This record gives sequence, structure tokens and C-alpha cells, in this order.
Amino acid sequence: MTEKPPKKKKIPRQPMPEQDPQIRKRNFEEVPLGYTKELAVKEAERCLHCKNPSCMEGCPVSVDIPGFIKNIKEGEFSKAVRKIWERNALPAVCGRVCPQEIQCEGRCILGKKGDPVAIGNLEKFVADMEREHGNGELPPKSDPTGKKIAVVGSGPSGLTVAGDLILKGHEVTIFEAFHKPGGVLVYGIPEFRLPKDIVYSEVNTLERLGVKVECNTVIGKTVSLDELFEQGYDAIYVGVGAGLPRFLNIPGENLIGIYSANEYLTRANLMKAYLFPEYDTPIARGKDVVVFGAGNVTMDSARTAMRLGADRVRIVYRRSRDEMPARSAEIHHAEEEGIEFFLLTAPIRFLGDENGRLTGVECLQMKLGEPDESGRRRPIPIEGSEFKLECDMAVIAVGAGANPLLTKSTEDLKINKWGYIVADPETGKTMKKGVWAGGDIVTGQATVILAMGAGRKAADSIHQYLTWGW
Amino acid sequence: MFEILERQDMADGTVVLNEISAPLIARKAKPGQFVILKANETGERIPLTMADTDTNRGTITIIYQIVGKSTALFKSLQVGERFQDVIGPLGKPTHIEKLGTVVCVGGGTGVAVLHPITQGMKEIGNHVIAIIGARNKDLLILEDKMKASSNELHVCTDDGSYGHHGFVTDVLKDVLEKEAVKLVVGIGPVPMMKFVCSVTEKYKVKTLVSLNPIMVDGTGMCGCCRVSVGGKTRFACIDGPEFDGHEVDFDELMQRLQAYKEQESVAYEKYLHE
Repeated sequence: MTEKPPKKKKIPRQPMPEQDPQIRKRNFEEVPLGYTKELAVKEAERCLHCKNPSCMEGCPVSVDIPGFIKNIKEGEFSKAVRKIWERNALPAVCGRVCPQEIQCEGRCILGKKGDPVAIGNLEKFVADMEREHGNGELPPKSDPTGKKIAVVGSGPSGLTVAGDLILKGHEVTIFEAFHKPGGVLVYGIPEFRLPKDIVYSEVNTLERLGVKVECNTVIGKTVSLDELFEQGYDAIYVGVGAGLPRFLNIPGENLIGIYSANEYLTRANLMKAYLFPEYDTPIARGKDVVVFGAGNVTMDSARTAMRLGADRVRIVYRRSRDEMPARSAEIHHAEEEGIEFFLLTAPIRFLGDENGRLTGVECLQMKLGEPDESGRRRPIPIEGSEFKLECDMAVIAVGAGANPLLTKSTEDLKINKWGYIVADPETGKTMKKGVWAGGDIVTGQATVILAMGAGRKAADSIHQYLTWGW
Repeated sequence: MFEILERQDMADGTVVLNEISAPLIARKAKPGQFVILKANETGERIPLTMADTDTNRGTITIIYQIVGKSTALFKSLQVGERFQDVIGPLGKPTHIEKLGTVVCVGGGTGVAVLHPITQGMKEIGNHVIAIIGARNKDLLILEDKMKASSNELHVCTDDGSYGHHGFVTDVLKDVLEKEAVKLVVGIGPVPMMKFVCSVTEKYKVKTLVSLNPIMVDGTGMCGCCRVSVGGKTRFACIDGPEFDGHEVDFDELMQRLQAYKEQESVAYEKYLHE
């Protein structure tokens, strides 16, 4: 804590220009418009360049944050993105979806008395500059090692592993079950938060580096892990995500008009159902929509429903605002777009008509009791407080569990009682020789950057194994 | 990959057969499993249970009825053209075991799905009685193949233009009266499967049905294909597609199949006009 306060006149945090809420709530264009060069440089000038930068400690992949900010300050945008690439292959993604407020920005010394440096906005800026105006020069690759690695799943952790290992000279093939790569970045996170062209551009960079991407391949069904070893792969990384939707398990849940968030967002994002009938996949365009949950996926679902023409979108959550797990920026964006919050409210049954279509949901009011295992105050039903919310569409966004498809077909891959793969938290090593795992299939549903952090550790461990043995 | 090697119009052009190059899937596929197909970039993911596989040729065969835009688009693909995406094999294979007498009942394009199961049931040593039906003679498919893969074949048409005049369930009742049947496999339109199950329930004969709910990913990720079986919600894509027919809530399935009826007709109309 030896840093001196800045002597120059204080520059305030440069706000991110955004689409007007009234306009953006009906389109799928990205919400933040991005910094201009001038704004970026001005924001970069706010950085104090602390001797022991705590922002870096807050970053799960330890990006040299003061380093790349210095590059921006000097107008060296291309150098800045290459500085980030040393630790993070997906800056355009992370600049958009990382929870900076609890990571790098949450640790920024400027945040103690005012606003922290807008590290996320700066990261997004340099990544976008590179994509749009960069010279396309790739980072240097080590000499070929002759080792082959299979990466199962092309979400954030799989892409990180692939990016790290290709640079170390290994051959890398990514297997993706869907018809397009990107995992949750493509099927889950909406276009208005993370444009899909950005994800494809990041994947394309990996392909230019030599990574092979095999879509339409369901590992565990089309090919097993053991068959991959038989085909000559030396190591396998499993990063298949937490792809099992949780439902509420209340009566009426199979009525038409009730979606899991996974289904709703997959239709909208991956299948581009918001462009129906130009694209063939249909999606319900509910007028009166209720979304259950309080995480980022809940906000994504509610904001998607608004963009698909809803008159009213209500988020129903059984605890209070303080317990909402979503990023505050996402909650703020949702509120700006007119999404209403029904807090301390729990659904008890869905109501439908004679054609099996949703007409409403019966709810109970709750109050908060003592903290539960999660440390959050437990919601307790208030007797006799039942009431009905009318709705013609509902999205259940209360989290996801472990998809058993791969683990069930791989007997020697040890899983825990919730179905998640057991892996060493430091290395990602599983109980099956030559197999690593990371991301949501190990930890349960978490963030993009934590999955990338797990990928980074696993990539280091795989490289060590391929160099030195198990 | 996914090139169409053979293509055949069936049932008066209302049904199409495609043999598709998909060596990885052909190598793994077992009777009862399905694939998801997508014709082109803007296409929808459509699940279809495989009618046949050929590991030597590295192909899978699908047989589908033209019911809307996506299947019409599939139909328009010619030999030498490709499906953009084919994913599989998905779902659990049929549990094929030697039981004694097994009755395989198929209606409409359900016969296509039933065929490999019938073949498997016979090859393992069961006495297989097959009953297949269609609205009329022209719509009947795979009669020869079903004859070859069963010990006894009964054919029914709703209008009496061929074979037994009436429903497959009429013949099924007769068979259940005369024979000690260990298992019935019923695959076809949902109302047909429902009737088959109500018949076999009276005779207390275990009945397998193959369900065809709307799906998106086919790998258990979205829950779109949820069906009520024995009062519990199951995912047809990973828990099925086959279930104990006596436990299935067919009425709910029929309703859920109507979820996108309006959009489906909008898309089909638009396609037919273009």
C-alpha cells in the first residue's frame, strides 16, 4: 500500500457508450458500442501501475493487466492484445462476459475511493481493434512435438486448452457435439451480449494456428474416449460443460410454453430462431413471460424474451435482491430494458388450458430465514400467500447439472455423487490415465473465465505429461 | 461426409428414403437409435430413427414422411448432394433378447424404424410376428423387407385396398388371443401406439414404443423432448427413445407435438411459395 495518490487531476472512469435501452430491448445488436481510441487511451491513463498489481491476483488466468494497459496508453493497441494473448486466448470474449467487478476490477486500488479502471472495457477494445484492423499476425509456435491431443467440447475451457497446446507444438483436435463450435459461448450467451461472429473469429484464429475442429461428433456416442486413444491420441481434455437443465419439479411443467433456459437460449442463439422464418427453427414469442431464477442465464433469457416481442417480462426469484447471483451489470441492463422483478416469490404449480398450453403459474410469497449451506438466507414460505401470475410463456433458469452422456459411457472416469467428473483442482487430472477435465463438468455451473482458468492449468499439466510422463 | 448415395420415393412420393454416407455413425449405430439431421445453414435439427445401417458401405438409411418445411427440404436433396450436418448415433438402442414370441407392430413410417428391430429380434432366435399397416395400399412401405425379417407377416390397410381391412390393432388382438406373446414392439403415429398399448394392457403383455417428441440437441441438454413416463419426466433423447408403452402419457405427447403448429405451417407455406 505504498502507492501515492495520483497528482494529476483525476480522470473519471470513462463510461461505455451503450445502445439506448428503449431501442435495444427490441433488437439483438450488441448493447455496449465499444470505446473509441480516445476513450480507451483516456481510460488507460487512469491506471496507477501499482508495483504489486492486485488486479492480476484477481484474474483467474493472470493476464498482465498493467502491461496491456500501458500499451494502450502508448497507443500500441496491437502490442496490447498480444500481451493479453500470452495468458488468455479469448480476450474479445472475456472483455464482454467476465465478472470483472469481483475479479480484476474488484481488486483495483482506485476502486477503494472511487471507480476502478475499466479493465474489461479496455480488454474488449483491444481485442476488437485487432479483429477489425489488426494485421492477423499469429503468436509464435514451438517446434512440432508429434504428440496428439483430443479436446472434447469447444466451450471456453476447451478453446483455452487447444490454444495453449497448439502453441506448444502439439497437434490438437477439438470435438464438438453441436454443428457449430463455441459451446456455451454460442448456444447460451445471447448475441446482444456476445456476438457470435466474435466467437467464430476466435475459433478461426485457433484454426489458423493449426487446431482441427470436428463438429457433429458426440464423444461417448459417435466415438468413445478409449477409441480416441486407439486412434493415437496421447492425451484427452474433457470440457463438456454442465449441459443438463434443472427443472422446478412442480406440477404442470410439461405444458406447452415452458422452456428450460438451455432450450430457449439454444433455439434463439445457436439455431437463430429469432430470425424465424428466415431460419427454420421456431420459438415461442410469448407476450406475457415469466422467467425463474436470478443468475446471468436468467437475465439472458428475460432479455431475449423482451427482444422477441414480449409486452411484459417478469423474473421470479424466491430470495431477495441481495442473494441474486447475476452480475450487477446484467441486472442493471435488464431493469433498464423494463424487466420486472418478483422477489421472495416461489412457483408451486403451472396452470394450463385444455390444449396443454401454459396460462399461468401459482406462486407463494416467501420470507428470509437463517442462512443455509450456501451461506445465503433460506427462503421460507408464508402460509396462505398463494397468488396467480398470468403468463403465456415461462423459462426455467435455475441452473444446470452434469450431463451424463459422456460419463455414463466411460466407466473408469470417476464422478462424484452429483455426476461431476472428479479431477485434481490444481492439474485437472482425472482418475483415468491420460484424461484431464475442467470447467463446468468438474465444478458445476460457473463462469467462462473460471472454465478458462481450469483449461489453462490442465494445458500446463498435459504439456508436462507429454514432455515428462504421467 | 453426409452425401446422399441412394434416394428413393416411396408411398406415392409422400415418403422418401435416403441412404447417407456417415461411416462413423454407421459403425456404432444399433437398432432403435436415432440421428439428428440438418439440411443446410438455416435448417432445423430434425431427429429421425435410423431405418438401416451398412457398415461396409459406411452408410445409414433414413425414411421420412413429408410433413412440413424441413422434411420437404430433405426431400429436395438429390443423390450426390449432402446434408450439412448429421449427428449420432443418439439414444439408447433397443434391448434385443431372446424371449420366445415377439410381435412387431408398425404403422406409417414407423415401419421403417421397426424394421431393424424386427430383424434383430428374429436373428437372436425369437419367433417374430410382424403386423404392418397404412391408410391404403399405396402408402404401405417396406412390405418385402418386413416379410424377410419376420416369421409371419400381417398387412392391414384402413380402407381395405390391400391385406386385412382394418387397423393393426385388430390383427394384434387376434394374435394375442392365440399366441403366448412375450413382448410387443409398437412403432408408428402416436394414436396408433396409444391404441396398441391399450390392447396389450388387457393381455398384460409388455409393450415397447419408440417416441418422437420435438427435439433440439438430442444429447440431454435442453429438455425439449421431455415425456411423462410412469408419472416421471424423462428425456426421450437420452432415456429413450423407447419406453414401456403402458407407462407413457400419450395425450401429453400428442399435445406437445403441436407446440409449433402455427409456425410450422407458416414455414411450410413460405417454402411452397418460393
